[in-house]
Amino acid sequence: MELLLQQVMAGLANGAIYACMALAVVMIYQAIDHLNFAQGEMAMFSTFIAWQMIAWGLPYWVAFALTVLVSFVAGVLIDRVLFRPVQNAPILSQIVAFIALFSILNSSAGQIWDFTIKNFPTPFGHKPLFGGTLIDTHEAGMIGVTLALLGLLYLFFRGTRLGLAMRAAAANPESARLVGIRVGWMTALGWGMAAAIGAVAGMLIAPVVFLEPNMMIGVLLYGFAGAVLGGLTSPAGAVIGGFLVGIIENLAGTFIPYVGRELKLTLALILIVVVLMFRPSGIFGRRVVSRV
Amino acid sequence: MMLEVAGLDAFYGQNQALYDVGFGVDEGQVRTLLGANGAGKTTILRAICGMVRVAGDIRFDGKRIAGWATEDVVRLGVAHVPEGRGTFLRLSVEENLQLGAMTRKGRREIAADIERVYVSFPRLKERRAQQAGTLSGGEQQMLAVGRALMLRPRLLLLDEPSFGLAPLIVEELFAILRQINAETGVAMLIVEQNAVLALELAEHAYLLETGRVVMDAPSAVVGADESVRRSYLGY
Repeated sequence: MELLLQQVMAGLANGAIYACMALAVVMIYQAIDHLNFAQGEMAMFSTFIAWQMIAWGLPYWVAFALTVLVSFVAGVLIDRVLFRPVQNAPILSQIVAFIALFSILNSSAGQIWDFTIKNFPTPFGHKPLFGGTLIDTHEAGMIGVTLALLGLLYLFFRGTRLGLAMRAAAANPESARLVGIRVGWMTALGWGMAAAIGAVAGMLIAPVVFLEPNMMIGVLLYGFAGAVLGGLTSPAGAVIGGFLVGIIENLAGTFIPYVGRELKLTLALILIVVVLMFRPSGIFGRRVVSRV
Repeated sequence: MMLEVAGLDAFYGQNQALYDVGFGVDEGQVRTLLGANGAGKTTILRAICGMVRVAGDIRFDGKRIAGWATEDVVRLGVAHVPEGRGTFLRLSVEENLQLGAMTRKGRREIAADIERVYVSFPRLKERRAQQAGTLSGGEQQMLAVGRALMLRPRLLLLDEPSFGLAPLIVEELFAILRQINAETGVAMLIVEQNAVLALELAEHAYLLETGRVVMDAPSAVVGADESVRRSYLGY
């Protein structure tokens, strides 16, 4: 029993990472109706920027805030410069653009900061929480930040006119234009927000997995799994999905023989396939109900 | 004239859909565009809103708006209820209405206007928190009109408001449109298959055939025309 509890808690801690990433995935998906394969690399690059600022002597939270801001602007620019020209191109061309972005970010990070792993600081410390060994302060902080982000997003999308405009632009661009919404800018804003959320995710993940250009590849897959499991249309679903993936991964690794550490990633992929086969809208994703 | 169209051509890719179309709508007027399927009625509405490639002249308050972005035309006070109603199916009824006022400022006035829409369409009030996709066809059409009114438009473009609705609902809808025109003085340009109703509501009609205006006359004259009656009115 204690082993089970321990593994669930450890799963929650990993799950917080995936939840954060899944949230960023859902943001973009809502804005442009595609998965962003470069999401992880964008987060990794943002984290390097934060690392650089801290190395130059800036306090952690200043670097954190600046990184979020820079990432937001960069996200908007990526949309305007790279994706706006191909927005009406066939889906395959767009996927190629995502892959291009992926390799550009991955290789430039390697070029600028090289491929050796780096330590990334955490503002929460690594002390055990409540005197137990189940979860440490950084992991608890990570869960807290993820939930806070989710709350902010909820308030933004449900409570503000801009949030409503973004939802409308994503759901029905032509009608959105007919009520005067500048759809192109809403998309750019979605990119900016996703990049900013990704930056937060990257900075929270880096103290756990260490900072290096390939740090996000596995994490993004888990993030996709979390987003698909929870539902690509639901930010809350994505977060819950992320936590669930973390728990499932840990429990399977512990209790199912042969899975172990090596097959954990495979498990995430199997999860994606199973969800898509049996419940494509995810657990919390909204299916459109309509009468005709 | 508030809206003046002259020498308008419109294109879908290589195909020309409108040829040298000219017409106008003045402040507070209701006018209708009649014609068979494919005559170019919808294209005219889309052309005004910058949704198709055009050549020629479209003026609103004397300003040349041909080729403007849709969002900018809307900001002049042109509300368009498109073919298929353009409802945001996943959003609630009330959110749909709020979206109609997206270009306006003033929280309190917008809230008051939503209440006004509920007075015109009480069914919408009952369903304010419901997903718009769950509404019946008639309710969705009323929501679309309500959403357009939230702009406080000066010109309302309606594309086949009667499409797919039961006759009684259509009568009700047209009665409400007439009332809205009388109360708010919003001008309307209505594209309709149901020519009888459209001619009752509008004071002036344009008849389109294969992308050209072939008749431009008061509704009474158009309704009395022998060939129009045979082709479009069915008696």
